[in-house]
Amino acid sequence: MAEAIWTRKDLVGIAGLSPAEIQLILDTADSFREVSQRPIKKVPTLRGKTVVNLFFESSTRTRSSFEIAEKRLSADSLNFSSASSSLSKGETLVDTALNLQAMAPDLIVIRHAHPGVPHMLADRVEAGVINAGDGAHEHPTQALLDAFTIRQHKGRLEGLKVSIVGDIEHSRVVRSNIHLLTTMGAQVTLAGPRTMMPVAVDKMGVRTVYNLDDALAGADVIMMLRVQLERQSRLLFPSVKEYFTLFGLTRERLKRAKRDVIIMHPGPMNRGVEIASEVADGRYSVILEQVANGVAVRMAVLYLLAGAQQEAA
Amino acid sequence: MSGELRLKKTLFDDQQMRRIVRRMAGQIVERNGGGDDLMLVGIRTRGVPFAESLAAEIERLEGKPLEIGILDITLYRDDFSTIAAQPVVKETRLPGPIDDQTLVLCDDVLYTGRTVRAALDALIDYGRPRSVQLAVMIDRGDRELPIQADYIGKTVSAAADESVEVRFASTDGTDTVMLMAIKRNHG
Repeated sequence: MAEAIWTRKDLVGIAGLSPAEIQLILDTADSFREVSQRPIKKVPTLRGKTVVNLFFESSTRTRSSFEIAEKRLSADSLNFSSASSSLSKGETLVDTALNLQAMAPDLIVIRHAHPGVPHMLADRVEAGVINAGDGAHEHPTQALLDAFTIRQHKGRLEGLKVSIVGDIEHSRVVRSNIHLLTTMGAQVTLAGPRTMMPVAVDKMGVRTVYNLDDALAGADVIMMLRVQLERQSRLLFPSVKEYFTLFGLTRERLKRAKRDVIIMHPGPMNRGVEIASEVADGRYSVILEQVANGVAVRMAVLYLLAGAQQEAA
Repeated sequence: MSGELRLKKTLFDDQQMRRIVRRMAGQIVERNGGGDDLMLVGIRTRGVPFAESLAAEIERLEGKPLEIGILDITLYRDDFSTIAAQPVVKETRLPGPIDDQTLVLCDDVLYTGRTVRAALDALIDYGRPRSVQLAVMIDRGDRELPIQADYIGKTVSAAADESVEVRFASTDGTDTVMLMAIKRNHG
């Protein structure tokens, strides 16, 4: 068996990763899952490494998931959030980056409202950069943990039918997932109101439908997206009630899906908007497993990037 | 191992290896009794088939099956910051809690002692065994840490530019111990 080797300094997106690289991250995550099940949930691997968590946008789940992953690998972590950082005092992003670099961290985990910021940072610092979400562009570790969860249940990704339902246009989760799933040979269907469907999305090698039933029929995996209620001022849909009627996943609607379907959601959920509580908590839901797997996947990414560092040095 | 390996000579064949494993299994049972609190733990990669062979022999002697544990020490290595490409992390699988158990760590070759150091650190994170013993197929000397084995198959002397390679029928198709010359790659 040829051993796959990780050589990238950064994980800015899923786009451009090879199937072998994706496979390596998922296989490595498989091994790290066991660490979280031990009585002592810590290994000394990244002892002496410094990881900066730079969150310019609020996040509870992703940031705590990265933080737990870092702690379980014995890295020293440091948190910056937008409210307390000097960015709110007028410093440019590049200056923030250079100042951080001067403190010689090994890895930087960054979330930012603007697409491309992690990429820009990666070009300017020696530290490895992990994109934890940039605008509506990419959220690679979310797509990886989704793929990991699917693989755990279905044993593979290739040939699976995955339907993603909701606000496609404003979702970075979707973009990363499309790249990953199509790279690994899954068939992706996108569903949502026309106002939430980006133009030319079919060029990404996916099928688009405009009603929920078509998305549910024959799907192995259903991924529900959060309706971003804060965007509702832009009138993407008439009312929450109408959205729930047309695109909300209820037990009744689920009858059209396959018997072994799994239901996913990247969180945070709006119960009663895109998903009914009885489905979110029901037997097909793997939503909390996604959260648990997020830690293992992020440990794998931190481990691979921290190791790849050495080659450049 | 960087560099190419070239066979210098075969040190032990399958028949000799079988006798060695049989003797070691007897020693392990003699010292510990074939009790339920005995657990063999193989260090990945070739400590695993070695532990399996020992367990099979102990089962033959004592008449009851012995489940083995598998230990991956990648996360505990002391050379994470110096090796170019990090090894692939694989799963550790222990058959049950190790508290108050007598563990016999199994590895194919004992050399610098660094692998065993990492394995001890890894084990301690899983619990508090009553004692840990070490069984190796080959002891080739030249330790860099104060570590010794409790059970040794054979002691061989090898130079720094030589490698002792143990192969097992269950994973490699054949039981053999070889002395190899390491041809360093350019660089």
